[in-house]
Amino acid sequence: MNGDDDDEVVAASAVDTSLPLEWRFSQVFGERSAGEEVQEVDVISAIEFDHSGDHLATGDRGGRVVLFERSPVTNSSGGDRRDVEETDYPPLRHPEFRYKTEFQSHDPEFDYLKSLEIEEKINKIRWCQTANGALFLLSTNDKTIKYWKVQDKKIKKICQVNSDPPGNASSSSITTACLGNGGGVPEAISSLRLPVVTSHESSPVARCRRVYSHAHDYHINSISNNSDGETFISADDLRINLWNLEISNQSFNIVDVKPEKMEDLSEVITAAEFHPTHCNMLAYSSSKGSIRLLDLRQSALCDSHSKLFEEPEAAGPKSFFTEIIASVSDIKFAREGRYLLSRDYMTLKLWDINMDSGPVSTFQVHEYLKPKLCDLYENDSIFDKFECCISGNGLRAATGSYSNLFRVFGVSPGSTETATLEATRNPMRRHVPVPSKPSRLGGIARVVGRGTESPAVDGSSSNALDYKTKLLHLAWHPSENSIACAAGNSLYMYYA
Amino acid sequence: MSMTDEPLYPIAVLIDELKNDDIQLRLNSIRRLSTIARALGEERTRKELIPFLSENNDDDDEVLLAMAEELGVFIPYVGGVEHAHVLLPPLETLSTVEETCVREKAVESLCRVGSQMKESDLVEHFIPLVKRLAAGEWFTARVSACGVFHIAYPSAPDTVKTELRSIYTQLCQDDMPMVRRAAATNLGKFAATIESAHLKTDVMSMFDDLTQDEQDSVRLLAVEGCAALGKLLEPQDCVAHILPVIVNFSQDKSWRVRYMVANQLYELCEAVGPEPTRTELVPAYVRLLRDNEAEVRIAAAGKVTKFCRILNPELAIQHILPCVKELSTDSSQHVRSALASVIMGMAPVLGKDATFEHLLPIFLSLLKDEFPDVRLNIISKLDQVNQVIGIDLLSQSLLPAIVELAEDRHWRVRLAIIEYIPLLASQLGVGFFDDKLGALCMQWLQDKVHSIREAAANNVKRLAEEFGPEWAMQHIVPQVLEMINNPHYLYRMTILRAVSLLAPVMGSEITCSKLLPVVMTAAKDRVPNIKFNVAKVLQSLIPIVDQSVVEKTIRPGLVELSEDPDVDVRFFANQALQSIDNVMMSS
Repeated sequence: MNGDDDDEVVAASAVDTSLPLEWRFSQVFGERSAGEEVQEVDVISAIEFDHSGDHLATGDRGGRVVLFERSPVTNSSGGDRRDVEETDYPPLRHPEFRYKTEFQSHDPEFDYLKSLEIEEKINKIRWCQTANGALFLLSTNDKTIKYWKVQDKKIKKICQVNSDPPGNASSSSITTACLGNGGGVPEAISSLRLPVVTSHESSPVARCRRVYSHAHDYHINSISNNSDGETFISADDLRINLWNLEISNQSFNIVDVKPEKMEDLSEVITAAEFHPTHCNMLAYSSSKGSIRLLDLRQSALCDSHSKLFEEPEAAGPKSFFTEIIASVSDIKFAREGRYLLSRDYMTLKLWDINMDSGPVSTFQVHEYLKPKLCDLYENDSIFDKFECCISGNGLRAATGSYSNLFRVFGVSPGSTETATLEATRNPMRRHVPVPSKPSRLGGIARVVGRGTESPAVDGSSSNALDYKTKLLHLAWHPSENSIACAAGNSLYMYYA
Repeated sequence: MSMTDEPLYPIAVLIDELKNDDIQLRLNSIRRLSTIARALGEERTRKELIPFLSENNDDDDEVLLAMAEELGVFIPYVGGVEHAHVLLPPLETLSTVEETCVREKAVESLCRVGSQMKESDLVEHFIPLVKRLAAGEWFTARVSACGVFHIAYPSAPDTVKTELRSIYTQLCQDDMPMVRRAAATNLGKFAATIESAHLKTDVMSMFDDLTQDEQDSVRLLAVEGCAALGKLLEPQDCVAHILPVIVNFSQDKSWRVRYMVANQLYELCEAVGPEPTRTELVPAYVRLLRDNEAEVRIAAAGKVTKFCRILNPELAIQHILPCVKELSTDSSQHVRSALASVIMGMAPVLGKDATFEHLLPIFLSLLKDEFPDVRLNIISKLDQVNQVIGIDLLSQSLLPAIVELAEDRHWRVRLAIIEYIPLLASQLGVGFFDDKLGALCMQWLQDKVHSIREAAANNVKRLAEEFGPEWAMQHIVPQVLEMINNPHYLYRMTILRAVSLLAPVMGSEITCSKLLPVVMTAAKDRVPNIKFNVAKVLQSLIPIVDQSVVEKTIRPGLVELSEDPDVDVRFFANQALQSIDNVMMSS
């Protein structure tokens, strides 16, 4: 979109490689006042930046999608009306967003055939190709995907009509028009006038362009656009379907892991994503901790993967929880598509798609929870699905944890950068950077915790670790060091 | 065009409703744009209506689509061909909207308008439009641009032609895959207008770009271009430039590309001539028939007959037939089904002996296929084989299979068989109807599925037509009438239906002596549905039988039914009585 922006980013990233980032609070939307109850429907359930980074979309449990747009750059910080702004720092050009519009994407439904309630909760949002100044995005709940167009529509006022409004039917339309033409009795035809449309201001209007429904028997966990600009996939627990954006009444099933007998079911699909540039490649992750890379060119039904990424069998003792915590909750391709980020319950892993022997590096997100797995199982927290995100330059990755904490790791070779932030106005409150040895792969896959023996983190965990306040959803700006994350119903944004 | 006879008020309303809040009304007004234009006259249409439409283009897609369509035939309303160019601006805007179907319609209309414009107008108005679209900021404009080059090019001066070709080359390398796809789709059309001198250079280089595109979706559209381009080139050029590409494509990594090749390959055979076909295309096709991917085999199998028609029988038997044999036992039912739908067509190509020796065993095995679609596809083309191998062989080898299918588990298969019985009957003659098949026809009348019973009743009628009343009297009527005593009323209803269909074929005498008594008995049925169907049948019998019979039998029966406790029975009985009266009146 903006050439100047890109140049700056490149310049900035060159510096970034060596220095750890210093994260600062930027903005918050929907901040809770002390003691305010969080309404269930307001809890954010999806966050996504568009490709240019000029727009941000969030979805919530109430089926709403809220769009934010980047504010025009202003040197003084007082120009825009925001919920809050931190002014302690010199005005840097970090992205600042403002509310653009919101719309009700999904409503609760009832499937009468299966006697099932379908929640309106937005599971995923994906941005599509912009065209003619209109924004396009896909949103999905458990069953139905919708394609939205958001465009500034002029508010129109129409004047100069030929006929009278219905209430005033007595007088002939033509005569009124004639009068408008200056009395006399001009030729009737010339009295016909086209409506004159005047537009005053414009406001964004969202329209649902297509609804892709009835293709999933199980809950949709992912949607992902293809780089060809015409297709996308949707994945549920057992199947992945391929759609054409223009065709809503048919899709092709490309992956089906449903066993013949449901008793034999041992593995489900947890996330799926298209490769960012190769239109024929896609990756999907499973509850057993594996990630499969598919080549759509090989065959129409991709039951056999072209590559399988799995953690080599750990030597240590296995517990009841080993398999549960191995389940991958999210995968993301890095921008160029060479690296793949995955998140399971305890760790964040970076994979090189050219190396299927094991992850390039593994980052412990909250190792201090290890002794507490039993409690986490008891209260179902162990099944929480944390998302992960990677920076546009592929140097850092971030993922969430409990107590509204999220962690940022430097993932480039040699980086020891790690940061723990809290989704509040003062993100560094608990953070004490702890340099520790990163786990690099030196021929053998070794998993060494990083930042795990951190006394600061341990300290925070020994305080009341709050399983209820978990930071599941977050997104990294595509070109700048800026993270948007959801804490309950609030959207916090940070920059570095 | 005098408008004085047009009432003005409706037009005033139409005009106002161009901007009504209700989309239906807007749509209605747009659909009647020509009426508005005639009312306004040519000059005001040009100066007011068209600019108005150009400005108001942010409407709903349905309205825009209608507008794009109307504008394509609007030349008469703006004052004829010399003013046609005023239509271009609104169509240009419409061809940049993001909804594909609107864009496509706008491009279609642009082409329609452009193809009528004078050459000088094209140069002055149309070519700049093409350039503007091709340089559009959004991909939507550039996609549309690809579709109008073939209109602009022929009338362009030489320098502009060179420019247009280079613009198109740019489009073939556009950043957006959508644009490259559009360029690939329209390349054939554009190439057809380009002088042959440039074909080999410029067009081939565009074609090369597209065939090497990293996106599957672009490459596979380039395949479509192969056939179109091949037809434009001289055979030797085609062999030199297109053939290697298509052979390459036939081994592309992507099954979707190979799928397209499988679909298109036969079209290229004519373009390259017999020898390269034999040495290059046949091996490529054989590879596709044996492809790993079922989808590719489906496409290839579906073209087997078309391909064989181009080859001489010898080549077909030597190279293609072995593959066909393999495909007939393919692991994918869809492959077998695709094969079954075309394989019958190979019989005339191969001739009688080869058909009998090679094809018949394949037919038979496909007829016994476990997948109903395969069996159906074979049966529906039986007549083609009949012409080649003759009725005796056919009946000998195929009859047992057909009998088996007649009792198929899937009612759609049974239905298909029933629908073919009259055709088979006409081809095979009376002798065909041995006891087994006759019994089957009766059995279908008592099928569990209504559609089958319905078809069976119709079948009985068509057999009677085919073999005449006498044969029917002997082989059909007694059996049918016997079933009127079936304990289930739905089956009894089927018989009534069969009777009403048979009566016109059998003629007055048999109807009176055999059919009518049965119907009259049914009038005493305990089920009202039967009774009102009796009333309907009786009504249908009125024109067939004599007046005296109507008065003596039918009318009293209907009178009785008209006093039935059931309201529906009374209704239909009265309706039938009324029609008797009408017949009486008219005669």
